[in-house]
Amino acid sequence: MEDDPRRAGSDGTEQPASASGELRADGGEQFGSDIEAAIREHHPALITYLTAGDPSLEDTKAYVEALDRGGADLIELGLPFSEPIAEGPTIQAAINRALDAGTTPAGFFELVDDLETEAPLLVMTYYNMILQYGDSEAPRASDSDAAPPQSKPDVRPFVERAAEAGLSGIIVPDLPAEESEPLREACDDHDLDLVFIVAPTTEGDRLEGIMSQASGFVYVQARLGTTGARADVSNATHDSLTRLEEYDVSEPNSDGVPKAVGFGVSEGDHAAEIIEAGADGVIVGSALIDIVAESDDPAPALEAKAEELKRGAIRGGNEGNDIEIDAPEPEQP
Amino acid sequence: MSTSDHDNYRERDSEATFGDYGGQYVPEALMPAVQELEDAYERYVLNNEDGFMDEFRERMADFGGRPTPLQRAERLSERYDREIYLKREDLVHGGAHKLNNALGQVLLAKYMGKERIIAETGAGQHGTATAMAAAHLDMPCEIYMGRTDINRQRPNVYRMRMNGAEVNPVTAGSGTLKEAINETMRDWATTVETTHYVIGSVVGPHPFPKLVRDFQAVIGQEAREQIRERAGRLPDSVVACAGGGSNTMGTFHAFVPDDAVDLYAVEAGGSSLEIDEENALAPNSATLSTGTDGVLHGAMTKLLQSADGQIMESHSVSAGLDYAGVGPELSHLVDIGRVTPASVDDEAALNGFHRLSNLEGIIPALESSHALGYLEEAHEELGDLVVVNVSGRGDKDLETVLEETEKRDLEAAPDVEVFGQ
Ligand SMILES: Cc1ncc(COP(=O)(O)O)c(C=O)c1O
Repeated sequence: MEDDPRRAGSDGTEQPASASGELRADGGEQFGSDIEAAIREHHPALITYLTAGDPSLEDTKAYVEALDRGGADLIELGLPFSEPIAEGPTIQAAINRALDAGTTPAGFFELVDDLETEAPLLVMTYYNMILQYGDSEAPRASDSDAAPPQSKPDVRPFVERAAEAGLSGIIVPDLPAEESEPLREACDDHDLDLVFIVAPTTEGDRLEGIMSQASGFVYVQARLGTTGARADVSNATHDSLTRLEEYDVSEPNSDGVPKAVGFGVSEGDHAAEIIEAGADGVIVGSALIDIVAESDDPAPALEAKAEELKRGAIRGGNEGNDIEIDAPEPEQP
Repeated sequence: MSTSDHDNYRERDSEATFGDYGGQYVPEALMPAVQELEDAYERYVLNNEDGFMDEFRERMADFGGRPTPLQRAERLSERYDREIYLKREDLVHGGAHKLNNALGQVLLAKYMGKERIIAETGAGQHGTATAMAAAHLDMPCEIYMGRTDINRQRPNVYRMRMNGAEVNPVTAGSGTLKEAINETMRDWATTVETTHYVIGSVVGPHPFPKLVRDFQAVIGQEAREQIRERAGRLPDSVVACAGGGSNTMGTFHAFVPDDAVDLYAVEAGGSSLEIDEENALAPNSATLSTGTDGVLHGAMTKLLQSADGQIMESHSVSAGLDYAGVGPELSHLVDIGRVTPASVDDEAALNGFHRLSNLEGIIPALESSHALGYLEEAHEELGDLVVVNVSGRGDKDLETVLEETEKRDLEAAPDVEVFGQ
């Protein structure tokens, strides 16, 4: 396993390039980051999302390992926040289960400390969780009657802990590029990628601005709305294809970071279609959370689902033109 | 606090911020809409393009009943041995200041070419105001309201329905205002190209805090003129209740440059200012008095939150104050010492409610009753000439007040047992 190509570049110390990655510009020999390496070397990539702590951190560990075995090339772990405004009902419910189970940032990082996956890990969370981390020593309202002298919230303790735990990147659904400078600087200092989302409404200068700041990959939101596998999945796929056309992501090895498409992808066939249309990766979340919530034995079911999705992605890659395939067919169970 | 630990924020004093607070912390999908709104705010509200502000003022006069009186409260003045004036926002159409903002935003949406209105509501006051404004301006309207609030505020649900609005129940979480805002944002993220989100207070991403403030600023502009006419000078202090802070900023805005006028924002002290960290529960909504800085619903502001950053459930006898956040401009004005945060508990607010009803023949909203409760507690610090904003009328609260009064031994309450017979 140590020789698995997915391993390459996943050890932060081997990386000469910072997350801000000048090496990227020439599409050269080395990739800007663990994340970019994982996507390019296992192209087309499968990116999976689970909410950490749903239904417990211990279970999450087993599920992440199952996804890793099943062929996930990047794994996003959600650190639950009480007001998940970008999430649809499926992930909201997962977040509620995780919070009810007592999931905290400290527990989350301990989980990441323990995980040894081949796929690099990213944390997905809301900005307030990042701002408050490490601030628990500050006096709270309940400690005194007078307004406490406050220290202003700081993103750095979170980023430092994330780097220490071995996370490779951060995605923050409520942090648009306009507000991202403090976090981006902290991420650059610790060689973490800050992954940006590009929405169907993102156009013109804003699109260019985001593309120029992007590191790791760009999360192409397939359609407006919140996360979640809708009933009408084919429609979602169609929307993603339209997005792809507009963003011209059909040349995966061109300048810039890889593009991965998410929001509504739930089946291998959709993965195939999206990759065939030229995406570098597909992102799947709600469909996996449905398995966590409904399956009697989620770990093997997640592993099988990852295999299905990865096979679909590879099939799409074979059918698409100009796309280099060097990822092996995932092992059969 | 020193300026050196501010690097964490968007550049200070940018258009989008008030000192350390404000900003635009929203999903990428909403950014273009938020920027479109910035543009519309500048053109129509700040520059009166196409006569927008003229039409707004005209409609607020004809439909909304503005200007509202500034009334000298004779018996309160006697009781506190100083001049007490009441700004009567309870007389605005619909029974609260909420229409100032709702009508302004629905009209703005029309100017922007939007086809659909959505809004959140807690107690139902903003929902009813938005439904009225949407009916008046012939716009389709959907209101998100927590399941718990729907059950507690039936009459307001019926009012919204009567005015032709859809009411969408929100079952997530505790089913109150915070969840209703979350769900309205999710709708907006889906329908942003055709829909305007009429946010209900001076909260949310820029430009909402400024936009809502400017529509509400008429309260303080009128009051400032009126007090100079009536008393021949500016007041020593101005008192308003604060939930999200729209009546507060609306009342204060014209007075902010008047350094000699003290501004008091009175929050809901609930049953206690102590926070139950373990259960992420605040038995109050005294955000300005006890909150810590963080990001909620699009803005950096003061919040009721756990040490980890989870937003707490807040609580107040007054549903309209029951929110874990507060407008970013108020957070800033408190930090720089321009606004004094205060709070009174449920009981003081209930007494304030009964006192104004008894002494002045005005039944105030439970929200406004917090300002009146503070007047009772702190009048000696408020100077000789005081303006109190009565943000709304209390008809909507009668059931709650009867229930809560029966549980307590309130000094200002009449004998309510007669109602139970
Ligand atoms: C009469 C009245 N006053 C005050 C408030 C609190 O809102 P804000 O703090 O935005 O003025 C409400 C909210 O529903 C209200 O109905």
